[in-house]
Amino acid sequence: MSPPPEAATGQKPSVPTRVLPTPSGAAPASLPVESEVIAFDIKNFSLWYGARQALMDVTIKIPAKKVTAIIGPSGCGKSTFLRALNRMHELTPGIRIEGSLQHFGEDLYGPGVEAVAIRRRVGMVFQKSNPFPTMSIAENVLVGLRLNGVRDKAVLQERLESSLHMAALWDEVKDHLNRPGTSLSGGQQQRLCIARSLAVQPETLLMDEPCSALDPIATAKIEELIQTLRESYTVVIVTHNMQQAARCSDRTAFFYMGRLIEYDETRKMFTNPANQQTEAYVSGRFG
Amino acid sequence: MATSPYLPTPAFARWRKFKSNAVTGVLVLCSAAVIAPLFLVLYFLIVHGATSLDWNFFTQLPKPTGEVGGGMANAIVGTMTLLAMASIVGVPIGIFGGIYLAEYGSDGANSWIRFAADVLNGVPSIVWGMVIYLILVVPFKGFSAYAGSVALGLMMVPLVMRTTEEVLVLVPQSYREAALALGVARWKVIMVIVVRTALKGIATGVIVALARIAGETAPLLFTDLGNNFWNHNLKEPIAALPLQIYNYAISPYDDWHRQAWAGALVLMALILALNITVRVLSRDRQKST
Repeated sequence: MSPPPEAATGQKPSVPTRVLPTPSGAAPASLPVESEVIAFDIKNFSLWYGARQALMDVTIKIPAKKVTAIIGPSGCGKSTFLRALNRMHELTPGIRIEGSLQHFGEDLYGPGVEAVAIRRRVGMVFQKSNPFPTMSIAENVLVGLRLNGVRDKAVLQERLESSLHMAALWDEVKDHLNRPGTSLSGGQQQRLCIARSLAVQPETLLMDEPCSALDPIATAKIEELIQTLRESYTVVIVTHNMQQAARCSDRTAFFYMGRLIEYDETRKMFTNPANQQTEAYVSGRFG
Repeated sequence: MATSPYLPTPAFARWRKFKSNAVTGVLVLCSAAVIAPLFLVLYFLIVHGATSLDWNFFTQLPKPTGEVGGGMANAIVGTMTLLAMASIVGVPIGIFGGIYLAEYGSDGANSWIRFAADVLNGVPSIVWGMVIYLILVVPFKGFSAYAGSVALGLMMVPLVMRTTEEVLVLVPQSYREAALALGVARWKVIMVIVVRTALKGIATGVIVALARIAGETAPLLFTDLGNNFWNHNLKEPIAALPLQIYNYAISPYDDWHRQAWAGALVLMALILALNITVRVLSRDRQKST
């Protein structure tokens, strides 16, 4: 598959490639739409690395079963924000947070809420593909289930096939599932990592610049895959590539210097942003 | 066309070349001096040991004083037994300690543990023997294979711990993150993903430690004592190659001296085999990464 023509020419995509599926049928003039299901409800969220504040007072509602893109220049806090959504940032020492962060009504930072349990529901795909080098393709896909105690062979086989199908990798690897995961090409490895995340059946998938290390053809495959994922999953994707945000997201949030500057329908963000900084960024004048 | 005013004169160029050759020569000599002792050791072991080495050496017990012949079968098996039991003591402590250092410990605690491990690594082996003598030989009223194994095992700990830590730190953080993002508990991530990725490196560390203690004599003198007969009771002293070599080498009998050389050759071959295993393991590891 080749990328949509807008991307190839590098033009600003004034016409989205798809019609946005708004449940009510009416194009929302402002966010959020009251009727839609909210995956992440975040209020006044701030985060510090030691003394340095990385996120400032972020309030945002991320809808379920949609693709939300997070854009912004390097260091704007978009990756930090993404990692806060499944508490991955807790691996970094010296973190402090404030505000409330709910995932389908559950307080992610509530007392007694375990990060391990959160991450079962909120999966993550990383910038650099990272299949486990000691494991075969099949073992890579199933490792999350096995380590969470799933032993039933029929279940494992079903999850293996459906996850690889979902990640659009099945046809390419079905004949050599026992080869090492690292024997695949870069784009295939990234789709293997997506399959690995999907195998544990999360509700939400976070993607941290999943295509930045891939060539355009592999990128197009992942973007196509994201389109199918949104039928069953909530996807939040951080990207440096504004065409990518325009091509494959429903909503776009623009972060700058740790603040959420603007958040709206992707179409509106790229054609008629309300904020001057957003306008300057999406039109390539800085960042 | 003007020539550069800074070109060296031919005489200067020759002098510089001479200096370069002279220094290179010194470096070659020094590196040869590093390898030479190894060949010296192997040469003497083979010259003196190979002639006394026969099938009986591997199958028979030492003969009583005055009789010619016999072997060190009990000492070879005894050394293997001691190494296996020392591993049971030293490997788990070393590996779990290394995991703690690499995955859990705070910077402050780690620097103290590392310092302690480095000091332990430098404790003279005879001191280990004396300490274990007080702790395990005196209270239980006797030398034993257990006491010897504990002495050797504790000597393994700092080595295994530091190599484990080093190879675990080399495992990319992205594997830990990927596994954690699947909702896997942290201890499982460490045991199944991180340790498995670094397994060859850890095995290398264990074998290096084994090679290091295989020839230790001093810690066994006060703990295991040695034995001229078969012994399958680990509460009793057990034969060990280094002890047997020591006892035979200081004896006044020529035949025992020959036996000591043969024992030394076998011990050296064992350590060489362990080192070659390490080479093979680390070569595989370089290939896979």
